[in-house]
Amino acid sequence: MSEELTQRILKVIAESQKLEPGKVTVESTFEELGIDSLDGVNILFALENEFNINIPDEGVQGIRTVRQMIDALEALFAGGQGAPAPANS
Amino acid sequence: MGQRRTVVTGIGVICGIGNDAAGVWDSLSAGRSGIGPIRNVDMTGLRFSNGAEVRDYDPSRYFRNREADFLDRFAQFAVIAAREAVRDSGIEWTPELRERGVIVTGSCVGGQNTQEEGFRNLYVLKKPRVNPLTIPRTMANAGASHISMETGITGPAFTISTACSSANHAIGQAFWFVRSGAAEVAVTGGSEAPFSEGNLRAWEAMRVVAPDTCRPFSKTRRGMILGEGGAMLVLETLEHAEARGARIYAEIVGFGMSSDAHHLTQPSVEGPSRAIRMTLRDGGLHPEQIGYINAHGTATPANDPTETAAIRAVFGSHADKLAVSSTKSMHGHALGAAGAIEAVATVLALRNGILPPTANYQEPDPQCDLDVVPNAARRADVECALSNSFAFGGLNAVLAFRRWQ
Repeated sequence: MSEELTQRILKVIAESQKLEPGKVTVESTFEELGIDSLDGVNILFALENEFNINIPDEGVQGIRTVRQMIDALEALFAGGQGAPAPANS
Repeated sequence: MGQRRTVVTGIGVICGIGNDAAGVWDSLSAGRSGIGPIRNVDMTGLRFSNGAEVRDYDPSRYFRNREADFLDRFAQFAVIAAREAVRDSGIEWTPELRERGVIVTGSCVGGQNTQEEGFRNLYVLKKPRVNPLTIPRTMANAGASHISMETGITGPAFTISTACSSANHAIGQAFWFVRSGAAEVAVTGGSEAPFSEGNLRAWEAMRVVAPDTCRPFSKTRRGMILGEGGAMLVLETLEHAEARGARIYAEIVGFGMSSDAHHLTQPSVEGPSRAIRMTLRDGGLHPEQIGYINAHGTATPANDPTETAAIRAVFGSHADKLAVSSTKSMHGHALGAAGAIEAVATVLALRNGILPPTANYQEPDPQCDLDVVPNAARRADVECALSNSFAFGGLNAVLAFRRWQ
């Protein structure tokens, strides 16, 4: 995954959870960030809007870290689901 | 006035597994699921496509001329179920009895179809006006109001909206009205018609609906399946029922409520177990008297292990002697109607000595290690049964019934 995409994902997570941008890193766990299952659903919604994609339930249900979220999106993009739109589109 | 024994003397139901009580019981006792492809909404592009819709539903079979125009689908189900329950009870209304009657209904979203039609006209079709019946069709109390007009009941009538616990909260209030002497007879239950595109999209966004079917307590469960319908019970004092020679289905003996004070969507063990304990205490029941529990059993990853733990917390070693099934595996999760459909299932299970199964069950889950009556109904004469409902928002309501003999 490109650095730019990674940064966009971190930004979406931070914004949707109203966290300071620097607080969300690739190594953060959801537990550290205080993100529960309902917050996780909100993050998926924000990511779907950011990248204009549909994220299926499979592969995202057990996600508990930022790294897992990035990996899941990478798999989705690799699978041909919605090539990521340019930022601010 | 002391507490009066309260009995169930009429039942009515329309849902995804039958359009009357006899049809629903046929399906329940055969373990036959009504879950299938949703037909009333274009499901293109949604992550799920199955639900438990009322099949072959034609409002003109139930409502004459313009009658149906005044009722959203959810209120039609309430009226249809109430008519059947009242007819089934054989009750004969007098002006005095109508004043001593109470109506309590449950609904989660009320007239969602009507609401969405209005929004579509405004926001999509850019029409400048909506149907003038939008407000009275949408209001969540429409079911209660129409039942009042149909039966002529002039006592208290109101509606409770506590998401998936709505009908259990409603039946519980009606039960306490009758038991306390505040009413002689009650028509109570719930109804829901959640199959509209906006509502289904909202459920999809929550990521709790299964792409296949509803498999409660099974390791392979993937979430809930929505259902629709209505169910109503006629409750009355034992004295009144015996005086008129009514057929008694079961006695309603206990009701308990609690709130988790915890989380909007994550269930807790403590809240439900307190509601079950309250129900036992309210009914003066020992845990060992319970032989069957109609579970909340939504088949979400979170509910079923939590409910299992709550049941174990209350019943201890007796939990291994309990039969626990989720009939949502057949009629789906009908939200504000769920508790009422399940109350009918529980009452008929006690009366017929047959426990309806958990359908679609595939594989044991160590976290759901109760006897869940997998896939096939079972003959069993149990003395008492519970029916659990636990709602989003952490609101729990449990009913207890006793076999009548």
